[in-house]
Amino acid sequence: MAVIEVEDLWFTYPGSTEPTLRGINLRIEEGDLLAIVGENGAGKTTLAKHFIGLLKPQRGSVKVCGLDVSKAKVSQLARHVGFVFQSPDHQLFSETVEEEVAFAPKNLGYPKEETASRVERVLKRLGLEGFRGRSPLTLSSGERRRVALASILSYDPRVLILDEPTVGQDAAQKRELAHIVKNMVEEGRTVVVITHDMDFVADHISRVVVLSRGRVVADGRAEEILVNEELLKTSSLLPPPSVELSLALARRGLLPSPRLFRDYSLFAKELVEGVLS
Amino acid sequence: MDVAVEVEDLWFTYPGSTEPTLRGINLRIERGSFTIIAGPSGCGKTTLCRCFNGLIPHFYGGTLRGRVLVNGIDVASRSTHELAREVGMVFQEPEDQLICLSVEREIAFGPENLGLPTEEVKSRVEEALKALRIEHLRDKAPFELSGGEQQKVAIAAALALKPSVLVLDEPTSNLDPVSALELTKALIELNEEGLTVILVEHRLDLVARYADQVVLMDRGAVLVQGDPREALSSEEALRLGVAVPKPIRLFKQLLVHGVKLARPPLTSEELAEGLVEFLGRHRG
Repeated sequence: MAVIEVEDLWFTYPGSTEPTLRGINLRIEEGDLLAIVGENGAGKTTLAKHFIGLLKPQRGSVKVCGLDVSKAKVSQLARHVGFVFQSPDHQLFSETVEEEVAFAPKNLGYPKEETASRVERVLKRLGLEGFRGRSPLTLSSGERRRVALASILSYDPRVLILDEPTVGQDAAQKRELAHIVKNMVEEGRTVVVITHDMDFVADHISRVVVLSRGRVVADGRAEEILVNEELLKTSSLLPPPSVELSLALARRGLLPSPRLFRDYSLFAKELVEGVLS
Repeated sequence: MDVAVEVEDLWFTYPGSTEPTLRGINLRIERGSFTIIAGPSGCGKTTLCRCFNGLIPHFYGGTLRGRVLVNGIDVASRSTHELAREVGMVFQEPEDQLICLSVEREIAFGPENLGLPTEEVKSRVEEALKALRIEHLRDKAPFELSGGEQQKVAIAAALALKPSVLVLDEPTSNLDPVSALELTKALIELNEEGLTVILVEHRLDLVARYADQVVLMDRGAVLVQGDPREALSSEEALRLGVAVPKPIRLFKQLLVHGVKLARPPLTSEELAEGLVEFLGRHRG
């Protein structure tokens, strides 16, 4: 079942002569994990803002969990879709981390104990227990990002949209983020990651949608898209480091063709067997 | 060897905190070198940067023990505005430091505040615009620029004070890969012209190849300091969970399979060349 259906979506910001989105078609199924990648200004965030009704289609349509975003209220859509903004300061407003994370479940009318236990679980999950009494404003930007994510995870929306979630996160935190995302998908949730972080995409994400100048220029498996040098180049993207590695090896005939490796032990094994045989 | 920054047994505790954030840091940074500082979140990288230009202790307060010497000057003994002429600072979010309505004004702000003559201010603004190749942005408002352009303006504004050391705290983390690469290239050019660069960075795949030394920090202490190849292929680097460059990860796995390349590679090209060379030796 499709949770998000975008048909021929066009959007131009007021005061701009150039459309930011030019006829986007995209279908996201329940349980999908996908990345939307593209250069700055490609239209990634503009597209995602339509998923929660912050922007309304000017032409074409967007349906989210069966609701037409042109007609549905933002509050209605927010029940289904959680959006973690690129800048955490766009969404943090409470005095303490704990209140911030409790806000949505409280607002949705969960009983007190249920809210408390959800807050506990999420704080622990994101390593934020030590910060519960702190004002989000006093935290580092990486920590504020985790608080913003926690404030959405605490109400467990069906669809989760993460705008540049890896910014300011170290390697261990990125792995934890990948783990959280995978768990959500296993539980049947849908996760859309908007990112520049090709390394994160290469390591953790299966479906990749490439936006360039307001159009979807590719939509497919990470294994195919991330090794397509021509496509990445015309979209002003760089291959992730793991693919760069396999491209360099393939150019010297050490690998039959460039591939996306996630397991480096396997990578080394195949390479050694290939070149030493 | 000429030392630009020297840190001696530095301990620091923020006001209101019971635990020290820095625990006995010792560090030597040579003049004209390119140093990368990496480590997990909360390891004290940002706090250490704040010590280089005297924001600690002058602005943040807290308890400082040990010494930080920049160009031989003890930072605790000088005010931050004096230190700004020695050490330039660029933060993660350019919006945190850009305040003026035009790029030109932004860059002029520092030198004007030093009370320099108008002609000198003008020539410094020109020089800084040129160094970052942003002459075309001079009349734009910083807030209408892209993240990458904003960071270049922040760097230019820092350079206009003619510091000998530039400290950057994760300057590329909000940038897309192409802009991050471009900013990195700008830093390398500045370094080649003699500027001492200290860069805090997670994207080691992108920058480690340019570094003279890598400093790995954990829990307020320096764990490893040295040559990038050695530092990043060390057991500590793996254990710390920093983003070890992929070529080094493959290098280590190749070792498991009995393939020992001549040296740990920092780039894909180095790895591939190393493997070709190994095969030549092996077959020859």
